[in-house]
Amino acid sequence: MVSLRRYVARRLLLGAVTLLGVVVAVFVLTSVLPGDLASLKLGPYATEEGLAAMRTELGTDRPVMVQFVDYVSKLVRGDMGRSWLTGQTVRQDMSQRLPATIELALAALVMALVVGHVLGILAAVRRDSLIDQAVRGFAILGASTAIFWLALVFIYVFYYRLDWAPAPVGRLDVGSERPPPVTRLYVVDSLLAGDWELFTSSLAHLALPALALGFIVTAPITKMVRAAMLDVLHSDFIRTARAIGVPYRSIVMRDGLRNALIPILTTIGIVFGYLMAGNVLVERIFAWPGIGQYAWQSLISKDFEALRGFILVVAVIYVLINLTIDLLYSVIDPRIRLG
Amino acid sequence: MIVSVRLSAMSIHPSMASAAQQVRDFWRLLRTHRMLAAGMLILTVVILAATVGVVLVPYHPLEVAAEIKLQPPSLAHPMGTDNFGRDILVRVLYGIRLDLRIAFMVAFTALVVGTLVGTYSGYYGGRVDDVLMRITDVMMAFPSFVLAMAITAMLGNTIPNVIIAIATSYVPFFIRLTRGEVLSARELGYAEAARCVGNPEWRIMYLHLLPNCLTPALVQATLCLGWAVLDAAGLAFLGLGIRPPTPELGVLVGEGALFIISGEWWTSVFPGAVIVLLAFGFNLIGDSLRDITAQEER
Repeated sequence: MVSLRRYVARRLLLGAVTLLGVVVAVFVLTSVLPGDLASLKLGPYATEEGLAAMRTELGTDRPVMVQFVDYVSKLVRGDMGRSWLTGQTVRQDMSQRLPATIELALAALVMALVVGHVLGILAAVRRDSLIDQAVRGFAILGASTAIFWLALVFIYVFYYRLDWAPAPVGRLDVGSERPPPVTRLYVVDSLLAGDWELFTSSLAHLALPALALGFIVTAPITKMVRAAMLDVLHSDFIRTARAIGVPYRSIVMRDGLRNALIPILTTIGIVFGYLMAGNVLVERIFAWPGIGQYAWQSLISKDFEALRGFILVVAVIYVLINLTIDLLYSVIDPRIRLG
Repeated sequence: MIVSVRLSAMSIHPSMASAAQQVRDFWRLLRTHRMLAAGMLILTVVILAATVGVVLVPYHPLEVAAEIKLQPPSLAHPMGTDNFGRDILVRVLYGIRLDLRIAFMVAFTALVVGTLVGTYSGYYGGRVDDVLMRITDVMMAFPSFVLAMAITAMLGNTIPNVIIAIATSYVPFFIRLTRGEVLSARELGYAEAARCVGNPEWRIMYLHLLPNCLTPALVQATLCLGWAVLDAAGLAFLGLGIRPPTPELGVLVGEGALFIISGEWWTSVFPGAVIVLLAFGFNLIGDSLRDITAQEER
């Protein structure tokens, strides 16, 4: 047991070091890189006085170390600055927009997990068959698909041509009242409130962006499930189980999948990166009011504290997810901490 | 895996296999690995189209003609025209050239920087290695597209900046891969031998170890070519990096996006399909190379 405790302590320490590094990196990215914020903000026709005034306003005329200490001390108090665009604090903006992003990401992830497992298991069980080759081709195609293009194709087909989906703007029909906030995920909240019409409307708005995002994320999950299942199905204990006559179906579903779950868990961490990158593009296309769209707006309008806030939040969530997964593993699978 | 064993033999001792033998081996490799062949075919066709096609198509990518704006695909304009009456096909062809240039520059930069740093880190180990590994940890804490987005936004919208931004976001993968390889190779006999006859450290690292530890990084670089096309186009689509009217595939999809809701699908569907085709080609090759090299190791 000592080794587990030591492993966890070491991993937590490493996580803390990484988080500190992330804060430094975000600061370096947004303050030390050669780009002059004042001139980025004011554009090519700015006057010298204008630039100087803007630098004073932004605080970028101070020494870098002073700016850094200022940034960190504010951050410790939960202050991520203020957005020029919305006039609110970045923290308020983020917490308002995060539920929309979580709703979209969860929908995409659930879809990808289901499809990815079905395809991955099918391919692994019938290795090198036609199904296997089709699934592998699909996984490579998924990894090659430009998500912003796929989203546009979906809009053309399902909105313009077939008229199955509502106009790609936001989370609800224009003029609809928001459901009473419980989880702040509209699909769940409208169901909790018993409002059927609102539920179908929010689900319809969610469908296309979630499909686009889900398609991209399905590829790495499928690949991982297939590889993990192949590994497990070729191990000794499965051969023993088959030799003593356990039905193959129950071997695959019970012993195979359960043991394959551990490597599959890692992909969730990687997939989060895909989700966040895809998010910015998909939320922009569907005018989905989440943090991805916020990031895009702040990029375009040089709203730099908002951008800084977005990068920091994404990186911190990413680190925490990977940390959690690593810790989960070490508890589930003793080989990892001993190896 | 006779083919792949011979492949590795000929890469180490080129004199052992004649040129004709090498060609035969290459064909056999393509026949046994159909995904590799498919990827090569796709890329050959696209690259040929981009080099030869530019000469054949009688339009200029920036040539505006208001009277033929937003025309659907026809014989004169196989991919239609955009809202300025520009021929989309010729813009796509120029876009392929630009995106391929960016992708190769990105993969090359990331490969060189990543393998040099990775070799150093793996060879010396200890404190240097610890610090470098923490730095890669931090870099990998950002999803690579988000990192590239932030760097481009701060450096400004130019093509070299896009290349720097995307390459930076890929470097940690190369550092990790090469470091791992060097870490195990430095204990091997040939490294020991090189040390014994008095080679300086840098010679051992970069002339003896690095060439023998390069394979995984090269495979990774092939995959990076595909990612780089997607990332560069994605950034341009968001309005970062390469801006209109430059004919770049992501810019083209972005310009066409406005018209998809009114039914002018050709404006972004064709350029986007070409992005996917390019990335698909690189990924097919990269994935098969990874399978082949992994089998060789076994």
